[in-house]
Amino acid sequence: MSLEIEVGFTLNGRTVQVKVPPGMTTLAMLREKLDMTGGKLACGEGECGACTVKIDGRTINSCLMFAVDCDGRDIQTIEGLGSVAGLEIMQQAFVEHGAIQCGYCMPGMIMQARYLVDQNAGNDQKLSREDIARGLEGNVCRCSGYTKVVDAVAAVALEEASA
Amino acid sequence: MSTVIEKKTVIGKRIPKPDAPDKATGRTIYINDMVLPRMLFGKILHTDRVHAKIISIDTSAAKALPGVHTVLTGDDIPVLRFGTTRDNVPLKAGKVRCIRDEVAAVAAESEAIAAEALGLIKVEYEDLPPVFSPTEALREGAPVVQEDHPDNRSLAYEFSHGDIAAAEAESDVVLEHQFDLPYVTHCCMGPGCVIADFDTAGKLTIYSQTQYPYNYKMDLAPALGIHPGDIRVIQPPVGGAFGSKLDVYPFEPICALLARAAGRPVKLTFSREEEFINSPTRQPVEFKIRSGVKKDGTLTFRSVDCLLNNGAYTSWGPTTPVIQMRTFTGHFRVPVVEYKSQSVYTNSVYAGSFRGYGNVQATYVTASVMDMLAEEVGMDPIAFRLKNAQHSGEITPQGSILDDCRLGECIEIAAEKTDFLRKHEANIGNRDQSARFKYGIGIATSIHNAGGAKIHKSDGCGTILKLDDYARATLITGASEIGQGIDAVLTQIVMEELGIPMSDITIVNNDTALGPWDVGVHASRTTFIAGNSALRAARAARKQVLDAAAKQSNVTAEEMDLRSGYVVQADNGVAIIKLDKLLRQMHFTDEPELVMVTEYYEPPSELEDKNHVGNLSATWAHGAYVAEVRVDTETGEVKVLKMTAVQDVGRVINQLGIEGQMEGGISVSLGYALSEELQIRDGKVLNPSFRDYKVPTAPETPEIELHFVESNCKEGPMGAKGIAELPAIIPAPAIANAVYNAIGIRFFAPPMTPEKVARALHQ
Repeated sequence: MSLEIEVGFTLNGRTVQVKVPPGMTTLAMLREKLDMTGGKLACGEGECGACTVKIDGRTINSCLMFAVDCDGRDIQTIEGLGSVAGLEIMQQAFVEHGAIQCGYCMPGMIMQARYLVDQNAGNDQKLSREDIARGLEGNVCRCSGYTKVVDAVAAVALEEASA
Repeated sequence: MSTVIEKKTVIGKRIPKPDAPDKATGRTIYINDMVLPRMLFGKILHTDRVHAKIISIDTSAAKALPGVHTVLTGDDIPVLRFGTTRDNVPLKAGKVRCIRDEVAAVAAESEAIAAEALGLIKVEYEDLPPVFSPTEALREGAPVVQEDHPDNRSLAYEFSHGDIAAAEAESDVVLEHQFDLPYVTHCCMGPGCVIADFDTAGKLTIYSQTQYPYNYKMDLAPALGIHPGDIRVIQPPVGGAFGSKLDVYPFEPICALLARAAGRPVKLTFSREEEFINSPTRQPVEFKIRSGVKKDGTLTFRSVDCLLNNGAYTSWGPTTPVIQMRTFTGHFRVPVVEYKSQSVYTNSVYAGSFRGYGNVQATYVTASVMDMLAEEVGMDPIAFRLKNAQHSGEITPQGSILDDCRLGECIEIAAEKTDFLRKHEANIGNRDQSARFKYGIGIATSIHNAGGAKIHKSDGCGTILKLDDYARATLITGASEIGQGIDAVLTQIVMEELGIPMSDITIVNNDTALGPWDVGVHASRTTFIAGNSALRAARAARKQVLDAAAKQSNVTAEEMDLRSGYVVQADNGVAIIKLDKLLRQMHFTDEPELVMVTEYYEPPSELEDKNHVGNLSATWAHGAYVAEVRVDTETGEVKVLKMTAVQDVGRVINQLGIEGQMEGGISVSLGYALSEELQIRDGKVLNPSFRDYKVPTAPETPEIELHFVESNCKEGPMGAKGIAELPAIIPAPAIANAVYNAIGIRFFAPPMTPEKVARALHQ
């Protein structure tokens, strides 16, 4: 119980050092040790995507990764998207397209959506609605029915492609 | 030069929800995110038996574990009965009746310690013979689930109108069918969570996910043996509700009992597995329906007999016949009708309310039967429905007054927009061809209360509205925001009436110590009821302001308007005075007045009488939805390609919000039709995870086309009707009818999973 391991990594651009028990998940560390409560515990078994964060450039279910494995990595959470002053374009699109109802799944959904569009940047093939839907299939939402989520992501993809 | 301000309406516009930016950035602190100083963590030991005597519970090792503060069992507390029919208790003593039963609870310094302590509790049981099916539970000599109900009978409802035998005699066709509708569950993304905290005077502050905070006090109090007035309910943001938070469930009083015993705040959170096993489901129902029709397509009668698996305790599920009945008796012109339901105690899990409240099940049955009757008399599904659709002014046998009935209009639009008849006929022609993919189109319709539902003596909602010296408005409402977007709707109503921007309006609705009473978020009632309450409050504030402005002007109050923070002349928009300046003038004078109004809106609806007759809702709404599907005859997979929904909404207040309600509802119903079933065998839940319980995800989402019929409801706020439930009710049977159109096979027990469809095709 008392054994704790020190890990160091970059979190939303800041360097952090934190002691964690060996069995702690990355999600629990972010929420309980670092006050990053944006990512949610909704299933705890990698089935719903509500805990999605970006680690070393890829999105992962942070409920499935041990905190001790974060040592030396670069982590971005929903709190690190955009700035203190304003919304990042994907966040703004979710707001304006009415994608957010209860919103519990949205930090994870937005992280995955941002990743999906970033992955496709520079690709001649534009993201279709089907591509977007497939790219979000690991993120469960029970309020929106997904249509407005896909609307928002498609709008950002289009806007950034033509920028 | 004078300022001229044009009138701009915000009603019907695409207005983003005021709470959305904080949700998009992860700043919103949901109840699941909350931590209070001195807080302990609670956990519940659920039984692993379905029906057993508790011989002994040994908690000594758990109590001795460092970090454990409190361990409670049913023997440590008095018998505190609560629930819809007072047949439940927080911690079970003497006997367990279903797999959900709570036998002990722990409060400890961390969740990990609490979990470890649960593992140290030893319970000795003596198994009792169980009973799982309602039919078997009704047999003589069946195991008794609740000792107060030796015949295992729980709630029953009965309605009868006209002479069934005579109606049957004059029918040309009589069909009899059985339907079996499954257990499904809400899958709120935020798992069950509660935080309880007592003060030294014994008053409870409870942070709850409830969607009915005022009645919650009344329902929670008996489970704790305290006065309802000594409970303050705080409602932090929640991760979904959909009807699942319309009752008190044992984990809530258990958390409070732990907090009282420990003298510290206690938080109790469900895991996803607990959420699947221990939170309420939609009510499963076995239906027998007989229906008659004349050769010319005139409906003659409906006779419905249904059996509800009550489970071991009674939550709201067994009361859903109240709404089911309205659809069987009132959807389409059915001159003679009888309805009977019996809810039966078993050792299964129990059901609560779930978006649609019984009408999901009733509409699956009625919409399927309508298609079968049409086929039997050789009519198409559209003409048959139009022949039997009511017109404005008709009153149903149960007394639902269809003052402005748009059923026929919805059906006509749905048929026209989808080219229904041509496709329907073509698909039938293609059934016998050897192509792997078969295509189908199907329609379903329904009716639902859209002006509240008077199931309590009052169906009202209170509002307190104040304007400060800077023309900032605070609207304190009884209505709860659970993600559905009522904050946006109420904000728009205030914007419209007072001519101030969204940023200048604060909605307060998360604390029963502040808010005026409201029934709760249910029955698609909140826009209608809370909207009307807010509208009346805003109009009263507007009148007070304009009367004050008229006193110092040669323009009368009636000739004035409020626009963009100014009092203006209504005809030409010329500004008379800035609103904030006027408010300060009203306030800081020898005869000061504050703008501070209260309103309590009670809809003009009726409680049912003992025969279930009365106009339960202030208005009713219809919808007609068309599903277009593709069936893979090799794998059995049904893919919904398109859903066209035509819905009477009265009037759109927030285009963005209403589309979201429609699309979200359609998604939930898509799951009900095709993939979702909580599988319960011998009282145990077999699939308590998202891996095995399949909710729709983005790729399964069909193209959705929405058409709103704006009937401008006379009683509705700005003409609006309630909307939340119909989109979650109608799509599933539209899909079932489309599957039948594609392959000629009817499914009487959803979900139409690939396995079931393939088996039916290859038989």
